[in-house]
Amino acid sequence: MMMIFGIPAPLLFGQLLLGLINGAFYAMLSLGLAIIFGMLNIINFAHGALFMMGAFVAWALLNYLDIGYFPALILAPLIVGVFGVILEKTIISRLYKLDHLYGLLLTFGLSLVIEGLFRNAYGSSGMPYRIPSVLQGATDLGFMFMPNYRGWVVLSAAVVCLATWAIIEKTSLGATLRAATENAPLVQAFGVNVPRLITLTYGAGIALAAFAGVLAAPIYSVNPNMGTNFINTVFAVVVIGGMGSILGSIVTGFALGVVEGMTKVFYPQASATVVFVVMVIILLTRPRGLFGKAA
Amino acid sequence: MLEIAGLNAWYGESHILHGIDFNVQEGEVVTLLGRNGAGKTTTMKSIMGLVGRREGSVKFKGAETIGMLPNQIARAGIAICPEERGIFGSLSVTENLMLPPVVAPGGLSVDEIYTLFPNLKERAKTAHGTRLSGGEQQMLAIARILRTGARMLLLDEPTEGLAPVIVQQIGRTIRAIKNRGFTVLLVEQNFRFAATVADRHYVVEHGQVIDMIPNAALEANMDKLHDYLGV
Ligand SMILES: Nc1ncnc2c1ncn2[C@@H]1O[C@H](COP(=O)(O)OP(=O)(O)O)[C@@H](O)[C@H]1O
Ligand SMILES: [Mg+2]
Repeated sequence: MMMIFGIPAPLLFGQLLLGLINGAFYAMLSLGLAIIFGMLNIINFAHGALFMMGAFVAWALLNYLDIGYFPALILAPLIVGVFGVILEKTIISRLYKLDHLYGLLLTFGLSLVIEGLFRNAYGSSGMPYRIPSVLQGATDLGFMFMPNYRGWVVLSAAVVCLATWAIIEKTSLGATLRAATENAPLVQAFGVNVPRLITLTYGAGIALAAFAGVLAAPIYSVNPNMGTNFINTVFAVVVIGGMGSILGSIVTGFALGVVEGMTKVFYPQASATVVFVVMVIILLTRPRGLFGKAA
Repeated sequence: MLEIAGLNAWYGESHILHGIDFNVQEGEVVTLLGRNGAGKTTTMKSIMGLVGRREGSVKFKGAETIGMLPNQIARAGIAICPEERGIFGSLSVTENLMLPPVVAPGGLSVDEIYTLFPNLKERAKTAHGTRLSGGEQQMLAIARILRTGARMLLLDEPTEGLAPVIVQQIGRTIRAIKNRGFTVLLVEQNFRFAATVADRHYVVEHGQVIDMIPNAALEANMDKLHDYLGV
Protein backbone atom coordinates (compact mmCIF):
# COMPACT_ATOMS: atom_id res chain seq x y z
CA MET A 1 0.00 0.00 0.00
CA MET A 2 1.23 3.52 -0.81
CA MET A 3 2.31 5.47 2.27
CA ILE A 4 2.65 9.24 2.70
CA PHE A 5 4.48 10.47 5.81
CA GLY A 6 4.02 6.99 7.19
CA ILE A 7 0.25 7.17 6.71
CA PRO A 8 -1.62 4.92 4.26
CA ALA A 9 -2.57 7.08 1.25
CA PRO A 10 -6.28 6.13 1.21
CA LEU A 11 -6.59 7.18 4.87
CA LEU A 12 -4.86 10.47 4.19
CA PHE A 13 -6.97 11.26 1.13
CA GLY A 14 -10.11 10.04 2.84
CA GLN A 15 -9.55 12.49 5.69
CA LEU A 16 -8.63 15.21 3.20
CA LEU A 17 -11.99 14.69 1.51
CA LEU A 18 -13.85 14.70 4.83
CA GLY A 19 -12.01 17.88 5.71
CA LEU A 20 -13.03 19.45 2.40
CA ILE A 21 -16.65 18.49 3.05
CA ASN A 22 -16.70 20.06 6.48
CA GLY A 23 -14.82 23.00 4.96
CA ALA A 24 -17.52 23.34 2.32
CA PHE A 25 -20.13 23.77 5.06
CA TYR A 26 -17.92 26.13 7.04
CA ALA A 27 -17.39 28.21 3.90
CA MET A 28 -21.09 28.46 2.96
CA LEU A 29 -22.17 29.26 6.51
CA SER A 30 -19.44 31.78 7.28
CA LEU A 31 -19.99 33.41 3.88
CA GLY A 32 -23.63 34.04 4.78
CA LEU A 33 -22.61 35.35 8.19
CA ALA A 34 -20.07 37.69 6.57
CA ILE A 35 -22.62 39.10 4.11
CA ILE A 36 -25.19 39.61 6.85
CA PHE A 37 -22.68 41.18 9.20
CA GLY A 38 -21.51 43.57 6.49
CA MET A 39 -24.98 44.89 5.71
CA LEU A 40 -26.94 44.50 8.94
CA ASN A 41 -24.15 44.86 11.44
CA ILE A 42 -25.47 41.94 13.42
CA ILE A 43 -23.86 38.63 14.19
CA ASN A 44 -26.56 36.24 13.11
CA PHE A 45 -26.59 33.61 15.82
CA ALA A 46 -29.70 32.08 14.25
CA HIS A 47 -27.59 30.93 11.31
CA GLY A 48 -27.21 27.35 12.55
CA ALA A 49 -30.92 27.02 13.23
CA LEU A 50 -31.76 28.25 9.73
CA PHE A 51 -29.21 25.78 8.26
CA MET A 52 -31.06 23.06 10.15
CA MET A 53 -34.38 24.37 8.82
CA GLY A 54 -33.04 23.98 5.28
CA ALA A 55 -32.43 20.29 5.93
CA PHE A 56 -35.83 19.88 7.57
CA VAL A 57 -37.67 21.61 4.73
CA ALA A 58 -35.95 19.27 2.26
CA TRP A 59 -36.98 16.29 4.41
CA ALA A 60 -40.56 17.59 4.68
CA LEU A 61 -40.80 18.24 0.94
CA LEU A 62 -39.76 14.64 0.31
CA ASN A 63 -41.89 12.98 2.97
CA TYR A 64 -45.06 15.06 2.76
CA LEU A 65 -45.10 16.23 -0.86
CA ASP A 66 -42.89 13.69 -2.59
CA ILE A 67 -40.64 16.47 -3.89
CA GLY A 68 -37.13 15.12 -4.37
CA TYR A 69 -33.60 16.28 -3.65
CA PHE A 70 -32.84 18.44 -6.67
CA PRO A 71 -36.03 20.53 -6.57
CA ALA A 72 -35.50 20.81 -2.79
CA LEU A 73 -32.05 22.25 -3.42
CA ILE A 74 -33.84 25.25 -4.98
CA LEU A 75 -37.12 25.25 -3.02
CA ALA A 76 -35.80 24.85 0.52
CA PRO A 77 -33.47 27.90 0.30
CA LEU A 78 -36.38 29.90 -1.15
CA ILE A 79 -38.77 28.86 1.60
CA VAL A 80 -36.28 29.38 4.43
CA GLY A 81 -35.09 32.60 2.76
CA VAL A 82 -38.65 33.94 2.83
CA PHE A 83 -38.83 32.95 6.49
CA GLY A 84 -35.62 34.96 7.02
CA VAL A 85 -37.12 37.95 5.22
CA ILE A 86 -40.14 37.82 7.54
CA LEU A 87 -37.86 37.57 10.61
CA GLU A 88 -35.86 40.56 9.43
CA LYS A 89 -38.89 42.68 8.63
CA THR A 90 -40.83 41.94 11.78
CA ILE A 91 -38.18 41.52 14.48
CA ILE A 92 -34.53 42.03 13.60
CA SER A 93 -35.00 45.39 11.86
CA ARG A 94 -36.16 46.91 15.14
CA LEU A 95 -32.67 46.56 16.59
CA TYR A 96 -30.52 48.38 14.03
CA LYS A 97 -30.31 51.55 16.10
CA LEU A 98 -29.04 49.62 19.14
CA ASP A 99 -25.68 48.10 19.98
CA HIS A 100 -24.45 44.92 18.15
CA LEU A 101 -24.96 42.98 21.31
CA TYR A 102 -28.75 43.19 21.11
CA GLY A 103 -28.81 41.68 17.64
CA LEU A 104 -26.60 38.87 18.86
CA LEU A 105 -28.82 38.18 21.87
CA LEU A 106 -31.99 38.35 19.78
CA THR A 107 -30.75 35.97 17.10
CA PHE A 108 -29.35 33.65 19.77
CA GLY A 109 -32.81 33.59 21.36
CA LEU A 110 -34.43 33.00 17.99
CA SER A 111 -32.16 30.02 17.36
CA LEU A 112 -33.13 28.49 20.71
CA VAL A 113 -36.81 28.97 19.91
CA ILE A 114 -36.53 27.52 16.41
CA GLU A 115 -34.49 24.51 17.55
CA GLY A 116 -36.82 23.96 20.49
CA LEU A 117 -39.87 23.92 18.23
CA PHE A 118 -38.28 21.37 15.92
CA ARG A 119 -37.16 19.22 18.85
CA ASN A 120 -40.72 19.21 20.15
CA ALA A 121 -42.16 18.25 16.82
CA TYR A 122 -39.57 15.72 15.63
CA GLY A 123 -37.50 14.66 18.66
CA SER A 124 -33.69 14.76 18.70
CA SER A 125 -32.85 11.37 17.30
CA GLY A 126 -32.64 12.48 13.69
CA MET A 127 -34.23 11.24 10.51
CA PRO A 128 -32.44 9.79 7.51
CA TYR A 129 -32.47 11.47 4.10
CA ARG A 130 -31.48 9.24 1.21
CA ILE A 131 -28.77 10.23 -1.21
CA PRO A 132 -30.46 10.79 -4.61
CA SER A 133 -29.88 7.76 -6.81
CA VAL A 134 -27.78 9.53 -9.46
CA LEU A 135 -25.30 10.57 -6.75
CA GLN A 136 -25.03 7.17 -5.09
CA GLY A 137 -22.00 4.96 -5.47
CA ALA A 138 -18.35 5.87 -5.59
CA THR A 139 -15.74 6.71 -8.20
CA ASP A 140 -12.27 5.21 -8.33
CA LEU A 141 -9.84 8.12 -8.51
CA GLY A 142 -6.86 5.80 -8.70
CA PHE A 143 -5.48 6.79 -5.31
CA MET A 144 -8.82 6.39 -3.49
CA PHE A 145 -12.52 5.70 -3.84
CA MET A 146 -14.53 8.87 -3.66
CA PRO A 147 -18.21 8.60 -2.69
CA ASN A 148 -20.00 10.52 -5.46
CA TYR A 149 -22.26 12.42 -3.10
CA ARG A 150 -19.28 13.82 -1.20
CA GLY A 151 -17.65 14.98 -4.41
CA TRP A 152 -20.93 16.61 -5.37
CA VAL A 153 -21.11 18.49 -2.06
CA VAL A 154 -17.60 19.89 -2.38
CA LEU A 155 -18.15 20.85 -6.01
CA SER A 156 -21.55 22.47 -5.61
CA ALA A 157 -20.48 24.33 -2.47
CA ALA A 158 -17.43 25.66 -4.29
CA VAL A 159 -19.57 26.77 -7.23
CA VAL A 160 -22.14 28.49 -5.00
CA CYS A 161 -19.42 30.24 -2.97
CA LEU A 162 -17.65 31.45 -6.10
CA ALA A 163 -20.93 32.63 -7.64
CA THR A 164 -21.76 34.57 -4.47
CA TRP A 165 -18.30 36.09 -4.45
CA ALA A 166 -18.64 37.06 -8.13
CA ILE A 167 -22.02 38.70 -7.56
CA ILE A 168 -20.62 40.78 -4.73
CA GLU A 169 -17.31 41.71 -6.32
CA LYS A 170 -18.14 41.88 -10.02
CA THR A 171 -21.72 43.10 -10.54
CA SER A 172 -23.39 46.47 -10.08
CA LEU A 173 -25.72 44.96 -7.49
CA GLY A 174 -22.62 43.84 -5.62
CA ALA A 175 -21.12 47.33 -5.90
CA THR A 176 -24.30 48.76 -4.38
CA LEU A 177 -24.08 46.23 -1.55
CA ARG A 178 -20.45 47.07 -0.86
CA ALA A 179 -21.21 50.78 -0.92
CA ALA A 180 -24.15 50.35 1.46
CA THR A 181 -21.90 48.38 3.79
CA GLU A 182 -19.56 51.40 3.89
CA ASN A 183 -22.07 54.25 4.04
CA ALA A 184 -25.72 53.22 3.91
CA PRO A 185 -27.27 56.71 4.35
CA LEU A 186 -25.40 58.10 1.35
CA VAL A 187 -26.36 55.15 -0.84
CA GLN A 188 -29.97 55.70 0.20
CA ALA A 189 -29.62 59.40 -0.65
CA PHE A 190 -28.66 58.33 -4.17
CA GLY A 191 -32.07 56.73 -4.56
CA VAL A 192 -31.42 53.15 -3.49
CA ASN A 193 -34.08 51.59 -1.24
CA VAL A 194 -31.52 50.53 1.37
CA PRO A 195 -33.98 49.03 3.89
CA ARG A 196 -35.24 46.69 1.18
CA LEU A 197 -31.67 45.86 0.17
CA ILE A 198 -30.90 44.97 3.79
CA THR A 199 -33.94 42.69 4.00
CA LEU A 200 -33.00 40.92 0.76
CA THR A 201 -29.41 40.54 1.92
CA TYR A 202 -30.57 38.85 5.08
CA GLY A 203 -32.84 36.60 3.03
CA ALA A 204 -29.96 35.71 0.70
CA GLY A 205 -27.60 34.92 3.58
CA ILE A 206 -30.27 32.69 5.09
CA ALA A 207 -30.96 31.01 1.75
CA LEU A 208 -27.26 30.17 1.56
CA ALA A 209 -27.44 28.54 5.00
CA ALA A 210 -30.54 26.59 3.96
CA PHE A 211 -28.82 25.44 0.76
CA ALA A 212 -25.98 24.13 2.90
CA GLY A 213 -28.61 22.43 5.08
CA VAL A 214 -30.05 20.56 2.10
CA LEU A 215 -26.57 19.47 1.02
CA ALA A 216 -25.94 18.27 4.57
CA ALA A 217 -29.20 16.32 4.92
CA PRO A 218 -27.98 13.04 3.30
CA ILE A 219 -24.61 13.17 5.10
CA TYR A 220 -25.65 13.92 8.67
CA SER A 221 -29.06 12.81 9.80
CA VAL A 222 -31.71 15.53 9.72
CA ASN A 223 -32.01 16.57 13.37
CA PRO A 224 -32.70 19.74 15.32
CA ASN A 225 -29.14 19.99 16.68
CA MET A 226 -27.30 19.69 13.37
CA GLY A 227 -26.86 23.48 13.17
CA THR A 228 -25.51 23.85 16.68
CA ASN A 229 -22.86 21.21 15.99
CA PHE A 230 -21.52 23.28 13.11
CA ILE A 231 -22.07 26.80 14.21
CA ASN A 232 -19.45 26.99 16.98
CA THR A 233 -16.73 26.08 14.51
CA VAL A 234 -18.23 28.45 11.94
CA PHE A 235 -17.95 31.38 14.32
CA ALA A 236 -14.29 30.49 14.88
CA VAL A 237 -13.87 30.46 11.08
CA VAL A 238 -15.42 33.92 10.87
CA VAL A 239 -13.04 35.27 13.50
CA ILE A 240 -10.02 33.66 11.82
CA GLY A 241 -10.98 34.83 8.32
CA GLY A 242 -11.81 38.36 9.41
CA MET A 243 -15.28 39.56 10.32
CA GLY A 244 -17.21 40.51 7.22
CA SER A 245 -14.60 39.50 4.64
CA ILE A 246 -16.24 37.66 1.72
CA LEU A 247 -13.22 36.00 0.18
CA GLY A 248 -11.77 35.47 3.66
CA SER A 249 -14.71 33.40 4.81
CA ILE A 250 -14.65 31.17 1.72
CA VAL A 251 -10.91 30.48 1.78
CA THR A 252 -10.74 30.15 5.55
CA GLY A 253 -13.78 27.84 5.62
CA PHE A 254 -12.30 25.33 3.19
CA ALA A 255 -8.79 25.66 4.65
CA LEU A 256 -9.86 25.04 8.22
CA GLY A 257 -11.91 22.03 7.18
CA VAL A 258 -8.73 20.60 5.67
CA VAL A 259 -6.64 21.52 8.72
CA GLU A 260 -9.17 19.72 10.89
CA GLY A 261 -9.14 16.67 8.63
CA MET A 262 -5.35 16.48 8.62
CA THR A 263 -5.25 16.84 12.38
CA LYS A 264 -7.47 13.77 12.57
CA VAL A 265 -4.80 11.85 10.66
CA PHE A 266 -1.70 13.06 12.46
CA TYR A 267 -2.91 13.89 15.94
CA PRO A 268 -6.54 12.82 16.37
CA GLN A 269 -6.73 13.97 20.00
CA ALA A 270 -6.53 17.61 18.85
CA SER A 271 -8.94 17.40 15.93
CA ALA A 272 -11.90 18.82 17.85
CA THR A 273 -9.95 21.79 19.19
CA VAL A 274 -7.47 22.64 16.45
CA VAL A 275 -9.75 25.27 14.90
CA PHE A 276 -10.05 27.05 18.23
CA VAL A 277 -6.31 26.88 18.79
CA VAL A 278 -5.84 28.54 15.41
CA MET A 279 -8.43 31.12 16.43
CA VAL A 280 -6.57 32.00 19.59
CA ILE A 281 -3.28 32.30 17.71
CA ILE A 282 -4.90 34.55 15.10
CA LEU A 283 -6.59 36.71 17.72
CA LEU A 284 -3.27 37.21 19.47
CA THR A 285 -1.27 37.98 16.35
CA ARG A 286 -3.76 39.45 13.84
CA PRO A 287 -6.86 40.48 15.76
CA ARG A 288 -8.68 41.55 12.59
CA GLY A 289 -8.35 38.08 11.11
CA LEU A 290 -6.38 36.81 8.12
CA PHE A 291 -8.41 38.77 5.56
CA GLY A 292 -9.75 41.56 7.77
CA LYS A 293 -9.09 45.14 6.80
CA ALA A 294 -7.39 47.54 9.17
CA ALA A 295 -9.77 50.03 10.73
CA MET B 1 -37.74 74.63 -8.10
CA LEU B 2 -36.91 74.38 -4.37
CA GLU B 3 -38.89 76.25 -1.71
CA ILE B 4 -37.87 75.87 1.90
CA ALA B 5 -39.94 77.35 4.71
CA GLY B 6 -39.62 77.06 8.47
CA LEU B 7 -37.14 74.18 8.24
CA ASN B 8 -36.06 72.84 11.62
CA ALA B 9 -33.62 69.98 12.08
CA TRP B 10 -32.21 67.97 14.93
CA TYR B 11 -29.30 65.58 15.46
CA GLY B 12 -30.56 63.50 18.34
CA GLU B 13 -31.33 66.03 21.05
CA SER B 14 -29.44 68.96 19.51
CA HIS B 15 -31.66 71.40 17.68
CA ILE B 16 -29.51 72.72 14.81
CA LEU B 17 -31.76 74.47 12.27
CA HIS B 18 -34.23 77.03 13.63
CA GLY B 19 -36.60 77.87 10.83
CA ILE B 20 -34.60 78.10 7.59
CA ASP B 21 -36.36 79.96 4.74
CA PHE B 22 -35.10 80.31 1.19
CA ASN B 23 -35.85 79.31 -2.37
CA VAL B 24 -33.99 78.39 -5.53
CA GLN B 25 -35.44 79.05 -8.98
CA GLU B 26 -35.01 76.60 -11.84
CA GLY B 27 -31.67 77.09 -13.59
CA GLU B 28 -30.16 79.20 -10.81
CA VAL B 29 -26.90 78.70 -8.95
CA VAL B 30 -27.50 79.79 -5.36
CA THR B 31 -25.01 79.65 -2.52
CA LEU B 32 -25.28 79.27 1.20
CA LEU B 33 -22.56 81.32 2.87
CA GLY B 34 -21.81 81.37 6.56
CA ARG B 35 -19.30 80.64 9.25
CA ASN B 36 -18.24 77.16 10.27
CA GLY B 37 -20.97 75.51 12.28
CA ALA B 38 -23.69 77.88 11.01
CA GLY B 39 -25.79 74.97 9.74
CA LYS B 40 -25.07 74.93 5.98
CA THR B 41 -24.24 71.23 5.78
CA THR B 42 -27.18 70.44 8.02
CA THR B 43 -29.43 72.36 5.63
CA MET B 44 -28.16 70.28 2.71
CA LYS B 45 -28.62 67.03 4.63
CA SER B 46 -32.10 68.09 5.74
CA ILE B 47 -33.15 68.70 2.14
CA MET B 48 -32.02 65.12 1.40
CA GLY B 49 -33.74 63.72 4.51
CA LEU B 50 -30.41 62.72 6.07
CA VAL B 51 -30.91 64.21 9.53
CA GLY B 52 -32.45 62.48 12.53
CA ARG B 53 -35.56 64.65 12.53
CA ARG B 54 -36.75 67.53 10.34
CA GLU B 55 -39.85 69.69 10.40
CA GLY B 56 -41.20 72.51 8.29
CA SER B 57 -41.61 72.52 4.54
CA VAL B 58 -39.26 71.51 1.73
CA LYS B 59 -41.10 71.73 -1.58
CA PHE B 60 -39.44 70.44 -4.74
CA LYS B 61 -41.15 71.31 -8.03
CA GLY B 62 -44.19 72.23 -5.95
CA ALA B 63 -44.43 68.88 -4.14
CA GLU B 64 -43.87 68.56 -0.39
CA THR B 65 -40.94 66.24 0.44
CA ILE B 66 -40.77 66.63 4.22
CA GLY B 67 -42.37 63.23 4.84
CA MET B 68 -40.26 61.40 2.25
CA LEU B 69 -37.34 59.02 2.74
CA PRO B 70 -33.92 59.94 1.27
CA ASN B 71 -34.30 57.42 -1.55
CA GLN B 72 -37.68 58.90 -2.49
CA ILE B 73 -36.26 62.43 -2.47
CA ALA B 74 -33.42 61.27 -4.71
CA ARG B 75 -35.90 59.65 -7.09
CA ALA B 76 -37.78 62.96 -7.26
CA GLY B 77 -34.65 64.45 -8.83
CA ILE B 78 -32.36 65.92 -6.15
CA ALA B 79 -28.77 64.71 -5.84
CA ILE B 80 -26.12 65.49 -3.24
CA CYS B 81 -22.35 65.79 -3.37
CA PRO B 82 -21.56 65.63 0.36
CA GLU B 83 -18.96 67.68 2.18
CA GLU B 84 -16.85 64.62 3.00
CA ARG B 85 -17.19 63.58 -0.68
CA GLY B 86 -18.36 60.07 0.16
CA ILE B 87 -16.12 58.16 -2.24
CA PHE B 88 -16.31 54.42 -1.53
CA GLY B 89 -12.99 52.67 -0.92
CA SER B 90 -14.36 49.21 -1.62
CA LEU B 91 -15.52 50.34 -5.08
CA SER B 92 -13.35 51.02 -8.11
CA VAL B 93 -13.42 54.46 -9.69
CA THR B 94 -15.78 53.23 -12.40
CA GLU B 95 -18.04 51.54 -9.84
CA ASN B 96 -18.16 54.78 -7.85
CA LEU B 97 -19.10 56.66 -10.99
CA MET B 98 -21.84 54.18 -11.92
CA LEU B 99 -23.19 53.69 -8.39
CA PRO B 100 -26.03 56.26 -8.17
CA PRO B 101 -29.05 54.92 -10.07
CA VAL B 102 -30.38 56.97 -12.99
CA VAL B 103 -33.53 58.69 -11.69
CA ALA B 104 -34.60 60.56 -14.82
CA PRO B 105 -33.54 60.97 -18.44
CA GLY B 106 -31.34 63.95 -19.32
CA GLY B 107 -28.22 63.13 -17.30
CA LEU B 108 -24.74 63.42 -18.77
CA SER B 109 -23.36 60.41 -20.60
CA VAL B 110 -20.13 58.84 -19.41
CA ASP B 111 -18.37 60.31 -22.48
CA GLU B 112 -19.59 63.79 -21.62
CA ILE B 113 -18.40 63.30 -18.05
CA TYR B 114 -14.97 62.22 -19.26
CA THR B 115 -14.83 65.33 -21.46
CA LEU B 116 -15.53 67.48 -18.40
CA PHE B 117 -13.12 65.51 -16.20
CA PRO B 118 -10.33 64.00 -18.33
CA ASN B 119 -8.46 62.92 -15.17
CA LEU B 120 -11.27 60.56 -14.26
CA LYS B 121 -10.98 58.79 -17.58
CA GLU B 122 -7.28 58.19 -16.95
CA ARG B 123 -7.98 56.89 -13.46
CA ALA B 124 -11.09 54.86 -14.38
CA LYS B 125 -9.35 51.52 -13.75
CA THR B 126 -8.19 52.44 -10.23
CA ALA B 127 -9.39 49.62 -8.00
CA HIS B 128 -10.21 51.71 -4.93
CA GLY B 129 -11.94 55.07 -5.25
CA THR B 130 -10.16 56.36 -2.18
CA ARG B 131 -6.77 55.93 -3.88
CA LEU B 132 -7.51 59.06 -5.93
CA SER B 133 -6.12 62.43 -4.89
CA GLY B 134 -8.44 64.80 -3.02
CA GLY B 135 -9.14 66.78 -6.17
CA GLU B 136 -9.87 63.66 -8.20
CA GLN B 137 -12.20 62.37 -5.48
CA GLN B 138 -14.08 65.67 -5.54
CA MET B 139 -14.44 65.48 -9.33
CA LEU B 140 -15.68 61.91 -9.03
CA ALA B 141 -18.20 62.94 -6.35
CA ILE B 142 -19.60 65.62 -8.67
CA ALA B 143 -19.36 63.50 -11.81
CA ARG B 144 -21.36 60.59 -10.45
CA ILE B 145 -24.41 62.77 -9.69
CA LEU B 146 -24.31 64.39 -13.15
CA ARG B 147 -25.08 60.98 -14.65
CA THR B 148 -28.30 60.43 -12.73
CA GLY B 149 -30.59 62.87 -14.51
CA ALA B 150 -31.30 64.71 -11.24
CA ARG B 151 -31.74 68.38 -12.18
CA MET B 152 -31.25 69.82 -8.71
CA LEU B 153 -27.71 69.39 -7.38
CA LEU B 154 -26.57 70.05 -3.82
CA LEU B 155 -22.80 70.68 -3.73
CA ASP B 156 -21.36 70.99 -0.23
CA GLU B 157 -18.03 72.85 -0.26
CA PRO B 158 -16.70 71.29 -3.45
CA THR B 159 -13.57 73.50 -3.43
CA GLU B 160 -12.60 72.89 0.20
CA GLY B 161 -8.88 72.24 0.57
CA LEU B 162 -8.17 71.97 -3.16
CA ALA B 163 -5.38 73.52 -5.27
CA PRO B 164 -6.28 76.64 -7.31
CA VAL B 165 -6.18 74.87 -10.68
CA ILE B 166 -8.69 72.31 -9.44
CA VAL B 167 -10.88 75.03 -7.95
CA GLN B 168 -10.90 76.64 -11.40
CA GLN B 169 -11.85 73.37 -13.02
CA ILE B 170 -14.73 72.94 -10.59
CA GLY B 171 -15.81 76.54 -11.33
CA ARG B 172 -15.85 75.74 -15.06
CA THR B 173 -17.87 72.61 -14.35
CA ILE B 174 -20.49 74.49 -12.35
CA ARG B 175 -20.87 77.07 -15.14
CA ALA B 176 -21.09 74.29 -17.72
CA ILE B 177 -23.87 72.46 -15.90
CA LYS B 178 -25.70 75.74 -15.29
CA ASN B 179 -25.60 76.30 -19.05
CA ARG B 180 -27.18 72.91 -19.48
CA GLY B 181 -30.08 74.01 -17.31
CA PHE B 182 -29.15 72.30 -14.03
CA THR B 183 -30.11 74.03 -10.79
CA VAL B 184 -27.39 74.18 -8.15
CA LEU B 185 -27.39 74.85 -4.42
CA LEU B 186 -23.78 75.43 -3.41
CA VAL B 187 -22.23 75.71 0.03
CA GLU B 188 -19.08 77.81 -0.02
CA GLN B 189 -16.68 79.31 2.48
CA ASN B 190 -14.83 81.09 -0.29
CA PHE B 191 -17.18 83.84 -1.47
CA ARG B 192 -14.68 85.07 -4.08
CA PHE B 193 -15.11 81.70 -5.75
CA ALA B 194 -18.86 81.80 -5.13
CA ALA B 195 -19.08 85.16 -6.88
CA THR B 196 -17.71 83.63 -10.10
CA VAL B 197 -20.49 81.05 -10.41
CA ALA B 198 -23.59 82.13 -8.46
CA ASP B 199 -26.72 84.20 -9.12
CA ARG B 200 -27.64 84.81 -5.50
CA HIS B 201 -26.22 84.22 -2.03
CA TYR B 202 -27.99 83.40 1.21
CA VAL B 203 -26.21 84.01 4.49
CA VAL B 204 -26.76 81.38 7.19
CA GLU B 205 -26.10 82.01 10.88
CA HIS B 206 -27.09 79.98 13.93
CA GLY B 207 -29.39 77.76 11.92
CA GLN B 208 -31.29 80.59 10.23
CA VAL B 209 -31.06 82.49 6.95
CA ILE B 210 -30.27 86.07 7.91
CA ASP B 211 -29.75 87.77 4.56
CA MET B 212 -29.91 87.38 0.78
CA ILE B 213 -27.50 89.15 -1.53
CA PRO B 214 -27.83 89.04 -5.35
CA ASN B 215 -24.47 88.36 -6.96
CA ALA B 216 -24.55 91.73 -8.72
CA ALA B 217 -24.77 93.46 -5.33
CA LEU B 218 -21.91 91.48 -3.79
CA GLU B 219 -19.26 94.20 -4.24
CA ALA B 220 -21.54 96.82 -2.66
CA ASN B 221 -22.14 94.57 0.33
CA MET B 222 -18.53 93.54 0.97
CA ASP B 223 -18.33 95.13 4.41
CA LYS B 224 -21.53 93.48 5.58
CA LEU B 225 -20.33 90.15 4.21
CA HIS B 226 -16.96 90.36 5.95
CA ASP B 227 -18.89 91.01 9.09
CA TYR B 228 -21.18 88.00 8.59
CA LEU B 229 -18.39 85.64 7.75
CA GLY B 230 -15.87 87.01 10.22
CA VAL B 231 -13.10 87.24 7.66
N1 LIG C 1 -23.81 64.56 13.38
C1 LIG C 1 -23.94 65.61 14.23
N2 LIG C 1 -24.39 65.42 15.49
C2 LIG C 1 -24.53 66.46 16.34
N3 LIG C 1 -24.26 67.74 16.02
C3 LIG C 1 -23.82 68.00 14.78
C4 LIG C 1 -23.63 66.95 13.81
N4 LIG C 1 -23.19 67.50 12.67
C5 LIG C 1 -23.09 68.82 12.90
N5 LIG C 1 -23.46 69.13 14.15
C6 LIG C 1 -23.53 70.48 14.75
O1 LIG C 1 -24.45 71.23 13.99
C7 LIG C 1 -24.02 72.55 13.83
C8 LIG C 1 -24.06 72.92 12.38
O2 LIG C 1 -23.12 72.14 11.68
P1 LIG C 1 -22.97 72.15 10.11
O3 LIG C 1 -24.32 72.11 9.49
O4 LIG C 1 -22.03 71.06 9.74
O5 LIG C 1 -22.30 73.57 9.86
P2 LIG C 1 -21.60 74.17 8.56
O6 LIG C 1 -21.76 73.22 7.44
O7 LIG C 1 -22.33 75.45 8.33
O8 LIG C 1 -20.18 74.40 8.92
C9 LIG C 1 -22.63 72.64 14.44
O9 LIG C 1 -22.76 73.23 15.73
C10 LIG C 1 -22.21 71.21 14.58
O10 LIG C 1 -21.39 71.04 15.72
MG1 LIG D 1 -20.34 72.19 6.38
